Amino acid sequence: MEIPYTVEVRPDTGLSNGKFGIWLFLASEVMLFAALFSSYILLRVGSVEWPHGYEELSVPMAFFNTVVLISSSVTMVMAWASLKMNDFGKFRLYLGLTILLSFVFLIVKYFEYSHHLHEGEGPWHNTYYAIYFTITGLHGLHIVGGIIVNTYLWGPGAKMWHTAKERFTNRIEIAGLYWHFADLVWIFLFPVLYLL
Amino acid sequence: MDAHSVDDVRKSVKTYFVIFGALMALTIITVGVSYVHLAIAFAVVVALVVATIKGSLVAMYFMHLLHERKVIYWVLMLTVIFFVFLMFVPLLTNHDRIPGSVKGTLW
Repeated sequence: MEIPYTVEVRPDTGLSNGKFGIWLFLASEVMLFAALFSSYILLRVGSVEWPHGYEELSVPMAFFNTVVLISSSVTMVMAWASLKMNDFGKFRLYLGLTILLSFVFLIVKYFEYSHHLHEGEGPWHNTYYAIYFTITGLHGLHIVGGIIVNTYLWGPGAKMWHTAKERFTNRIEIAGLYWHFADLVWIFLFPVLYLL
Repeated sequence: MDAHSVDDVRKSVKTYFVIFGALMALTIITVGVSYVHLAIAFAVVVALVVATIKGSLVAMYFMHLLHERKVIYWVLMLTVIFFVFLMFVPLLTNHDRIPGSVKGTLW
């Protein structure tokens, strides 16, 4: 059975099903992170004391990770653009770089987490660390999810390019939309948790 | 972006790198401002304004929202309404407080 509207657009939405689906999913993701940001506001305004992020966390490490994630968004969009320009080799290069940068992000996060845990500053330490670990942990899980999908599309999933070019390009665009969303969340997490 | 031709994409590549530069510059500005230690209310406004500009650049150019179908704008508009509502719910609790019940807080 052929799956409908993977390449051609639906007449009612004007989009392929996959693209409409990922946008609906991202809308639900916005609300998931909104709930946590809302909790953060409630906890912060309800606290007698609230530490400044820059006194508790490593701003240089988070700055480095911001640069890494933004760079990975550029390589991701370039992976999609390479397929549009029919250059499979460059696609492999750019998506490979995206995966590499994702691992760099997680490694830096690992060092950050282990430092705080070693100092006894786990989620149980105070409300600030509880919300810090909850939000960054959830964001980290999104990065892991992105790595799994992107690695599949870089490796075995890339076979589709030889049989259904347009469909594969759409898959990369959809994976990219998810990845850019993860970057977008971090763009807000960085100042809120580390700089204020 | 489905309708974008190869030529359109080729032109977009340059734009992606310009946006990358802008995002880097804005990140440096955010970090730089944090070292000035502004009053918290002002610092929050500056940080969120810069983050919103950066987020908009990612959404408009990398996620191609500038050239999307109307149905996606409608979905996102609904999301924004619920998002703003959820952000302001905590502030409503301020009207339901028992004054002085927790010293030093809004409650």
